[in-house]
Amino acid sequence: MSLRLPKLTFWRAVFVLVMAAGAYATYIRFYYGLGASTNLTDEFPWGLWIGFDVLCGVGLAAGGFTLAATVHVFNIKKYEPIVRPAILTAFLGYLLVVVALMFDLGRPWRIWHPLIMWNPHSVMFEVGWCVMLYTTVLALEFSPMLLERFRMYRTLAVLKRIMLPVVIAGVILSTLHQSSLGSLYLIVPTKLHPLWYSPLLPVLFFVSAVAVGLAMTIFESWHSSKAFGRKLETPLLMGLGRVLAVALAFYSTMRLWDLARRGSLAHLRNSSMETWLFTLEMCLFLLPMLLLFRERVRRNPAGLYTCAVLAIFGFLANRLNVSLAGMEAGSGVRYIPKWTEIAVTLSIVAAGFAIFRFAAQHLAVFGEEAHAPEERQMWQAADVAVAKGD
Amino acid sequence: MSKAILYDSTLCVGCRACEGACAEKWGNPYDDNIAKQEKLSAAKLTAVRTFGERYSRRLCMHCQEPTCASVCPVGALRKTELGPVVYEEDRCMGCRYCMAACPFQVPAYEWHSRLPKVKKCDMCFERQQKGLPTACSEACPTGATITGDREALIAEARKRIAEKPSEYHNRIYGLKDVGGTSVLFLSAVPFEQIGLKTNLPQESLPQLTWNVLSKVPDVVVMGSALLWGIHWLCHRKAEVEEIEGAYRPFPFGKEKER
Repeated sequence: MSLRLPKLTFWRAVFVLVMAAGAYATYIRFYYGLGASTNLTDEFPWGLWIGFDVLCGVGLAAGGFTLAATVHVFNIKKYEPIVRPAILTAFLGYLLVVVALMFDLGRPWRIWHPLIMWNPHSVMFEVGWCVMLYTTVLALEFSPMLLERFRMYRTLAVLKRIMLPVVIAGVILSTLHQSSLGSLYLIVPTKLHPLWYSPLLPVLFFVSAVAVGLAMTIFESWHSSKAFGRKLETPLLMGLGRVLAVALAFYSTMRLWDLARRGSLAHLRNSSMETWLFTLEMCLFLLPMLLLFRERVRRNPAGLYTCAVLAIFGFLANRLNVSLAGMEAGSGVRYIPKWTEIAVTLSIVAAGFAIFRFAAQHLAVFGEEAHAPEERQMWQAADVAVAKGD
Repeated sequence: MSKAILYDSTLCVGCRACEGACAEKWGNPYDDNIAKQEKLSAAKLTAVRTFGERYSRRLCMHCQEPTCASVCPVGALRKTELGPVVYEEDRCMGCRYCMAACPFQVPAYEWHSRLPKVKKCDMCFERQQKGLPTACSEACPTGATITGDREALIAEARKRIAEKPSEYHNRIYGLKDVGGTSVLFLSAVPFEQIGLKTNLPQESLPQLTWNVLSKVPDVVVMGSALLWGIHWLCHRKAEVEEIEGAYRPFPFGKEKER
């Protein structure tokens, strides 16, 4: 225990520094405008806030709908203990995406405009509606954790009755939202680099989001088991690892087949920056896939965790390549984010970690304490059954 | 009949009268320094660019099926019957998708404003409604920029090419590019030599996203039905197993009874 204290203070110091920088950057953003706080130009109007905070943030939240569907639709109950952390991650993810959007929009107070000003021909219109509706769905899926905490069992009972339509709506909205972030780029065939432009962008975005959702679930289970001294749900995570390997294999095959089909692999012969970034991205997808197909790696929590982190980095590389490197080529300008953009992004990520930690400490997020007393006994029985069964 | 602009770069002498008239119309500052900037910005909605001895204008192309109007989530950009693509700043929330999507990289943003707007040429929509030519056409001393009905201008362009085939590159830029534009270009040399993009598809771009967006209702209906079916099937299986005694009691399996 004596070792834990200095480690915590270090991270707290980092947290305070990041938040201070973020606060100052926020002041610059809202007092002096986007020009003073970003390196965006007319030629390159979308930067780090869209590429990382929004595209990556939404993707990393995909564990929420993947696990909700697994447990509540496909009725695979053994994954129940990790649904709540995944839902919490997704809910926080979406809230933080909205915060990031408030920074990026030129006139953020008009964020509600798509509610009454419709243009169904716009992918951004679909994106806007998906963000609004799915954040509502996530709030409903998250609310049992709050309702239990405040012992509002009657509301909880009402909520449980409508949970199935809510979960189904969540899966549909997520499918639409994850894919629509790829569809955003369908309309720039002459601007996005051919290594990333594809008519399959919506499908590729969806499949890679499912994969990274699983990776994020492994990631947060591992971290919370470290932070709270919890027992790791190893058999469950092994199962997730196996599905993750299949998802990564499916994604990589589709991605490479698509590039080959359209003759875009020829671009790899030029040793440009795009080639290197593409190679890095593909390696970060293929490496965890190959590792996870070995049972020895899946049985080892550290191996599982490493693979999840690699897959997450692969996903981040892909989204940043599409939104930044891939778009830079056609724009004719170079874009390097300003410190203010990085500070805001870092403080949003830091806030995410801090709120997750706070929620995990004060709400019934993780399996063992997730339920009211009478339910808890059933849970323990279930854990035993799961441990025996797998 | 929709209005259009014909810009004949063989007649342009690079006097920049169009730039000055445009700045005056929008109330933008204009001096020698600004004249030297050969690129569009929020304060310069048309720019004359120099390519050796040739000149070429940059301005909004007013596409027949504009990408910007298609991508705008709140419909702040719109193609008018009259031809111009206009911007309604009261709707705009500043997502800048129009800028990211425009194949001609035209819309500019007021990056340094606390109340930023998208800025682009509106082909003098208000003047055109009154039957007046655009400010740039009116200011042009050589007739390099003229306003008129699109069909009439296409006929005029074809006539000029036919009359002096040696002086023109045999193509009208904007006739079919991205599905056709309301700003048409003529040039003595291939268009890429005067800074125009010649790699653009001949079909309009909005179709690319509409192909996907039009399937959204199907995904919602079929997806919901499918998920409901899977849910019923998977829970029915568990119910049957429970009755037949092969079911392991997991929590929530009995949730409905309580």
